[in-house]
Amino acid sequence: MMRDDMPPADAAGKAPEMTDKTLTGRFAGIDVGGTFTDLVFYDSKARVVKLAKVPTTLDNQSKGVLAALDVASVNAAALDLIVHGTTTTTNAVLERRLCKTGLVTTLGFRDVLELGRRTRPHAYGMTGQFRPIIPRDLRLEVPERMLADGSEYTALDEDALRAALAELRDKGCEALVIHFLHAYANPAHEIRAGEIAREVWPNGNITLGHALISESREYERGVTAAVNASVQPLLRRYVERLADRLSERGYERDLLVMNGNGGMVSARVVAEEAAKTVMSGPASGVMAAAYTGRRAGIPDLLTYDMGGTSTDVAMIRGADPAVSHEIEIEYAMPIHVPMVDVRTVGAGGGSIARVDAAGLLQVGPDSAGSEPGPICYGKGGVEPTISDANMVLGRMDPGKLNTISGAVSLATIRAAFQSRLGDALGLDATEAAAAVLRIATAKMADAVRMVSISLGEDPRDFALFAFGGAGPLHACAIARELGVPRVLVPARPGITNALGCVVADLRHDYVATVNQPLDACDMDEVHALFVRQIEEGRAAIGRERVEIAEEKIAVSVEMRFIGQTHLLRVPLPSATPTREELQALFEEAYFRRFQVKLPEIRAALVNVNTSVIGRRPEIDLSALIDASGRKATLQEARTGARPVFFEAWIDTPVYWRDHLPADATLAGPAIVEQMDCTLVLEPGDVATQDADGNLIVTVGPRR
Amino acid sequence: MTLDPITLTVIQSGLQQVCDEMDLSFSRAAFSPVIAEANDRSDGIYSAEDGSLIAQGSQGLPVFVGVMQYSTGTLIRMIAEGKVIAPKPGDIYIVNDPYLGGTHLMDVRFAMPVWRNGEIFCWLSNTGHWPDTGGAVPGGFSASATAVEQEGLRLPPVRLFKNGELDPEIYAIICSNIRVADQRIGDVKAQAAALYVGEARLTRLLDRYGDDTVRAAIGELRSRAAEQMRAQIARIPPGTYRSTAYIDSDGVVNEPLEIRLAVTADGEGLTFDFAGSSPPCQGPMNSVIATTLSSVYLAMRHIFPDVPISAGAFEPLTVKRPEGTFLDAQYPRPVSGCAAEVSQRIAEAVFAALVEALPDKVSASPAGSSGNFALGGEVPETGQSYVMYQISGGGYGGYAGGDGISNGCSTIGISKAPPVEIMEQQFPVLYHRYALREGSGGAGAQRGGFGLDYEVEILKGQARASFVMDHGRFGPQGALGGSDGAVNEVTVTRGGENFTPEHLSKAQDISLVAGDRVRVKTPGGGGYGDPTTRDRALVEEDVRLGRYSVEEAKRLFG
Repeated sequence: MMRDDMPPADAAGKAPEMTDKTLTGRFAGIDVGGTFTDLVFYDSKARVVKLAKVPTTLDNQSKGVLAALDVASVNAAALDLIVHGTTTTTNAVLERRLCKTGLVTTLGFRDVLELGRRTRPHAYGMTGQFRPIIPRDLRLEVPERMLADGSEYTALDEDALRAALAELRDKGCEALVIHFLHAYANPAHEIRAGEIAREVWPNGNITLGHALISESREYERGVTAAVNASVQPLLRRYVERLADRLSERGYERDLLVMNGNGGMVSARVVAEEAAKTVMSGPASGVMAAAYTGRRAGIPDLLTYDMGGTSTDVAMIRGADPAVSHEIEIEYAMPIHVPMVDVRTVGAGGGSIARVDAAGLLQVGPDSAGSEPGPICYGKGGVEPTISDANMVLGRMDPGKLNTISGAVSLATIRAAFQSRLGDALGLDATEAAAAVLRIATAKMADAVRMVSISLGEDPRDFALFAFGGAGPLHACAIARELGVPRVLVPARPGITNALGCVVADLRHDYVATVNQPLDACDMDEVHALFVRQIEEGRAAIGRERVEIAEEKIAVSVEMRFIGQTHLLRVPLPSATPTREELQALFEEAYFRRFQVKLPEIRAALVNVNTSVIGRRPEIDLSALIDASGRKATLQEARTGARPVFFEAWIDTPVYWRDHLPADATLAGPAIVEQMDCTLVLEPGDVATQDADGNLIVTVGPRR
Repeated sequence: MTLDPITLTVIQSGLQQVCDEMDLSFSRAAFSPVIAEANDRSDGIYSAEDGSLIAQGSQGLPVFVGVMQYSTGTLIRMIAEGKVIAPKPGDIYIVNDPYLGGTHLMDVRFAMPVWRNGEIFCWLSNTGHWPDTGGAVPGGFSASATAVEQEGLRLPPVRLFKNGELDPEIYAIICSNIRVADQRIGDVKAQAAALYVGEARLTRLLDRYGDDTVRAAIGELRSRAAEQMRAQIARIPPGTYRSTAYIDSDGVVNEPLEIRLAVTADGEGLTFDFAGSSPPCQGPMNSVIATTLSSVYLAMRHIFPDVPISAGAFEPLTVKRPEGTFLDAQYPRPVSGCAAEVSQRIAEAVFAALVEALPDKVSASPAGSSGNFALGGEVPETGQSYVMYQISGGGYGGYAGGDGISNGCSTIGISKAPPVEIMEQQFPVLYHRYALREGSGGAGAQRGGFGLDYEVEILKGQARASFVMDHGRFGPQGALGGSDGAVNEVTVTRGGENFTPEHLSKAQDISLVAGDRVRVKTPGGGGYGDPTTRDRALVEEDVRLGRYSVEEAKRLFG
């Protein structure tokens, strides 16, 4: 499998030639979320930042993108780079608004995509539904067969293939998947079938199963390929249309699109691997967190992104977000490409509180969503939610209720807490709201803890990075519950995903499977694999035509003890590890994770991984809050005070975030408000502002 | 002491979290793929007095839902009676004796007291399915065993860990009696480590809220769970609901085994009476009492998934001890089939009895078999022997809300089947098909899901095929006018000739050589409601997608 023209192993780690251009310019990051489209514009020469938040246009996301540019008065023609995060593919998959896609597969195996791995939607309950991505009449079989060792068992029947392609084309399929058994071991049949398909298929929407992931497991590989194909035309049309609109406005550079791995790729090629853009929104938020944390000197973070319907949690170690190759975006829908490991843990501001049949107060899992939403949205919601509890307790400004059209009064919300919860629990409305928050805090802390320990870490070794509309409202309470010592609240928590687009790196990830006992591995071949991956990554970054400030190469292996199935990822200090180093690093990582030593059992080297990262020019985050707007003293930044309930009503000062003096230190209880979010500092918490305008909260002891 | 309801909820989630962390820790560190991948394990917290269930991990294998409280209770009783040496801090018991509250021998349980101020506050216990515990055949599923000794090594409760250290003497005895013993140390350490994780988390909870508060909360949660289950049961109109379910044979005597169930609702609780079921059988399709109880509990949990698992939820459920039947096997009856197959027939009987009373909650019968096909052979070039397991799913029953899903997991499990590509990498076999079994879903207003149709060829050397499946004689039951799903079919092609095993779904050690094939068609789910009332558009769609032929659709749906 090794090539002759391989460069020598010591090529690893050298910096690429730098372009002679200055690494400055005008960048725009635009993220399309479920509700809002956010924009961050950064001019590195003028040190100017502009922000915009406009409603997302679901029918055609590019309208919202252009509107954001308009609202921020950003001239597209003068931009050096636009980086775009889109939910086009995410929504298409979750709502099954997919292109008509056909599958050609190995004789006897067309139902793999419908049968799955023998599962059910929930551990308890014998009900539920599953709809395959490609319906059965568009899944056709052709005679061909490879064996597990890559040898050919049955030749590809090209006549049958042509007939199948004609049938799918005539049935109106827009995209095509060719997925053969064991193609990861020998892709020759898939490649040949792809050549034939390109002759007859009316467009370029052809996905070969082995091309996205070259690993065994026919269901997972097949679903990944099917997702890719069935969103590919949508994404292609969308980015082409957006690029056209931008070019009409005079934008001449490459449009870049965020991928789920937290890197970005050119719009010209992004549709080829469209599946990689599923989950790109959450990934860009995590990239912004990693960037912010690195600059703040807090590189180990648990991100806490709480929105209206759900909360996403991710782990960042050493400013490097954890990446997973095995994300399941919903029941039986695995997408096996490298993606930032973002876990959705349920509760959001809209989570509903109820008293259950056993007389216990429960928060979630049902959510009021955005329609009708919490009672305080004034859109017809009647059940008390987490957001409503924040309103009742003064953590969110009840005065704002009047600013929403058709809004309900605080009395209405209090009445709901009284009648739906308080009466059954023997509590008044305030106590009931406090109880809802206490339970929500405990549950969310447990969820964060589970994510942390499932990734092998104690949450107390991390700081909590709070963002999303509701993250800063709850982060300090959750940190206290978890024993997490610090909370980092970035300057602009509500536009973190768009910031991620601006700070994101170019990134390419590679995985090669070795799967041998470590003592039987040819270490020269292992080193050569790293070299090859690094070269591929550099070449890919070279093609992107985007300036980078620095090249970073991260190498790791995945190992296990022989007989075990779970893999442990071991980061490596160099791309030329010795056998003894691998053994020692693995044993160390294993003991750290499981507190178990197993000298009795041999280790196996399973995967060799490389990430080649082109780091973009440094962005000065302090510009996110206009320095000229800052006040000289805390007193001047104070906008007033209101009673807030912290086990008792306390008259609590309220500050405007943008007015805080540069070196502000705030002691809780305090409320810090800004355009799109509210930070609650509880009694005992102390926040200090750093040079980038982040508030670093030292969490007080548990009361 | 009185507890505020908020603290109660917080302690409830705290106890659940302890168990979930034990589950996670056990799976991640385990070596056996049965535990690590298939999650064939469970962890829980049990009372110090009688072992009753306080909380259990949400990702545990469903069939263990009621087993461990039985085994922990037995252990506590035996200690009190002086039959087992009492524990000291740092001791962990190991036990797999089915008759003392277990399933089959392969499910090995660990139990450890949690000590507070020199006294036992509660017990932590977990079960893991070991890949082998000795016996006549690798893996332990001997379809023709007639006594438990043929099924493997039986361990009474003994302290495998003493004062925190593994007892090398007991461990040596175990290792000398099981296959692939060299990797078991990894599982043993993982299983113990999960208990230590639980102990550490529980200790933090106790330190924070105080032992008395947590103890009071446990009592209160128990009575509230009982209330919750009673509230659900109150929906069932008083009366007696009957059902029958059949197991093809016991693997030795080719006669069906009958489960007769009468469920009586009195507005408060349910009584489950299995009187009239078949007597104990010669082959391994006997169930021990703990498994029988657990099967009833897990069926009820499938019906009411919102009621938290705890001894309180089981309080309103009375299961009359089915003495003298194969559902209450005594030593030395063989029991290897109880966890995988008999348990699912018991659950089927519960579903079939209650579907009329709870038509919006209960589905028609699911395929309900683990579909075990084991192939043991040798690779000629290397002389290396192998044992391959193919487990498979089947169709689920239709239900008020829709059609049953296809190729669903066994009722008692949550494990995924291995991919064909992995099987072909590891074993000298070739799959000719892995397909949806057309026509297998039972007809109904909501039809059953479809079974699986796979065919495997032996590529090299010689091998012996064994099957422990079910529903070969009678398909999964339709409900409320729906038809039964298709029966399980096994076809062996040996020397170019096809035959069906005598016991249809069970056979042991059928000799095969390269070129011979095995084809398995798994059951479809039962249909729900009158098939002639099915939405015509859905019938047409099934025909268009080739799930039924035109003739089948006419015959089945009118």
